[in-house]
Amino acid sequence: MKDHDTGTPRTEPRQSATFSNDINAEIRRAAATGIYDIRGGGAKRKVPHFDDLLFLGASISRYPLEGYREKCETAVTLGTRFASKPIELAIPITIAGMSFGSLSGPAKEALGRGASMAGTSTTTGDGGMTEEERGHSDKLVYQYLPSRYGMNPDDLRRADAIEIVVGQGAKPGGGGMLLGQKITERVAGMRDLPVGIDQRSACRHPDWTGPDDLEIKILELREITGWEKPIYIKIGGARPYYDTTLAVKAGADVVVLDGMQGGTAATQDVFIEHVGQPTLACIRPAVKALQDMGMHREVQLVVSGGIRTGADVAKALALGADAVSIGSAALIALGDNDPKWEKEYNALGTTAGAYDDWHEGRDPAGITTQDPELMARLDPIAAGRRLRNYLNVLTLEAQTIARACGKSHVHNLEPEDLCALTVEAAAMAGVPLAGTDWIPGRGGY
Amino acid sequence: MTILDLSEQALRSVNAELQSLNGTQSNAEYEIINPRGSHALAVGLNAPIAVKIAGSTGYYCAGMNKHATVQVAGSVGPGVAENMMSGMVVVDGDASQYAGATGHGGLLVVRGNASSRCGISMKGIDIVVQGDIGHMSAFMAQKGNLVVLGDAGDALGDSLYEARLFVRGSVASLGTDCIEKEMRQEHIDLLNDLLARAGVDADPAEFRRYGSARQLYNFHIDNAQAY
Repeated sequence: MKDHDTGTPRTEPRQSATFSNDINAEIRRAAATGIYDIRGGGAKRKVPHFDDLLFLGASISRYPLEGYREKCETAVTLGTRFASKPIELAIPITIAGMSFGSLSGPAKEALGRGASMAGTSTTTGDGGMTEEERGHSDKLVYQYLPSRYGMNPDDLRRADAIEIVVGQGAKPGGGGMLLGQKITERVAGMRDLPVGIDQRSACRHPDWTGPDDLEIKILELREITGWEKPIYIKIGGARPYYDTTLAVKAGADVVVLDGMQGGTAATQDVFIEHVGQPTLACIRPAVKALQDMGMHREVQLVVSGGIRTGADVAKALALGADAVSIGSAALIALGDNDPKWEKEYNALGTTAGAYDDWHEGRDPAGITTQDPELMARLDPIAAGRRLRNYLNVLTLEAQTIARACGKSHVHNLEPEDLCALTVEAAAMAGVPLAGTDWIPGRGGY
Repeated sequence: MTILDLSEQALRSVNAELQSLNGTQSNAEYEIINPRGSHALAVGLNAPIAVKIAGSTGYYCAGMNKHATVQVAGSVGPGVAENMMSGMVVVDGDASQYAGATGHGGLLVVRGNASSRCGISMKGIDIVVQGDIGHMSAFMAQKGNLVVLGDAGDALGDSLYEARLFVRGSVASLGTDCIEKEMRQEHIDLLNDLLARAGVDADPAEFRRYGSARQLYNFHIDNAQAY
């Protein structure tokens, strides 16, 4: 660039890495409104993830399995520790907890339909159990949340498992949020709240504090349900080693571990982006906790937060998970953020793929809304089929990788099958940096 | 009257026997002896049976009760009648924290005192405490009625929704968005009914009513200092 008057060379305009356009826009937005940004979804920042890992595949020392001939099993049983009726799933991929209220009734129905066709479970959320969901879910996990909205012993007994939610990856230490636009008469009725208020549910359980109390709470839930139901404990990716240890000590059958890429219906952007650890960083500490207690595979570990592909599924299992759970990806499979609604996304000031104002209830795809006209856009039968298809693809992809590594069951994948592309991912996943035998943090250098 | 002895039977066995009548209209009567502070005793009942517990219990006594009448001839640990749906639970002694937490219905009567967070997040339950209640009681209480014949601790009714609070004694302090409200005839009538059902002899005119100011129902930046 040259000076217009003199023609002498000038310094090129240079954007600040610290004060980037995104940051500056947020400063201007904050200055104009005086309130933090609220949105849905999980962390959007780039963090070390499964993409930073690769499978090694078979070689002279490892026999592969024939892709179209030899069996690679995918079934998993959750809740084998204490429950008399553990959950048997055909695939190691479950549908994560998402509330009726944040999602429409047809969306919950579609999740149930898709999960059931694929042979897996779906999960309620912070709003109680709906008939759409129970009726269309062969296996339904009933979340036990701090708010206890809609909680009742009848639904506890007709659930297939109970998930005590201590935290979630998008906001470890935060409670639920459902703003007034989505508190319709039906949603309000289920939650015993006035219509139209901003609902901020509690971040702590109202009747227990700490792991010793939690152990007694689990005893109560088991006594109410006759010791039949598996009891999961869901934790956010905060202190995975200690939280997993304490969950097992408290009597969990299953630990659900949700990293920071895991989504939420709504919370502060600053919370989503700055609290909690990446999923990749959480798995090995949790697995180590289970191994240190002799509970690996005895207490099952379900990992969630940014699972998108069969490769992600296989990598999570290889690092020691028994299953994974998907939320955001399931919504996309249903139709969330589909470019076919681009004009409407534009009208909302956003674009397909970036739409995250789920709390406003104006979702063009008719999924994160309670607006009857928008809800009607989602055909739960067709959407359920899309989810079934997607789950099938995830499973086929995971099987493809497992066979290439010589495994007759996806659970036989192991850290030894992996290498990492970056030093950070190698340290977090506890696998060697590609081309070396170096695992950062494990000594040797 | 069937006697269940917790010094001879396991907790699971006692609860299973009580729960075996779930879904029936049985009016069977039970007495549980030697409770010895057991947790999760008489939980998940779903029949109009009568259960008397001869002694004190631990956590979550009568949790998630439906239809049953449970009387504790002693004191109870945290979370008595938590998430109760219907029926009646009477504690002759004192109750620890979270009495009646998240309850959706039914009547909980505490003849003695109740500790902190009594009626936390209540969703339709009625609670009558003849003694005092501790701090942060009725926190985020959504529906139902909390009646206190004694005094209330600090931050009563913090972040209250539509539950109604009646206190005869003093209130150490009100929580955020909780205010005193007028006692109208409908509230006198309501109190008369609650006190009668609880078997308590008291004059409703001596009580003061507290409820939500409804200023925090929708977030407004000018109220940020209240959080």
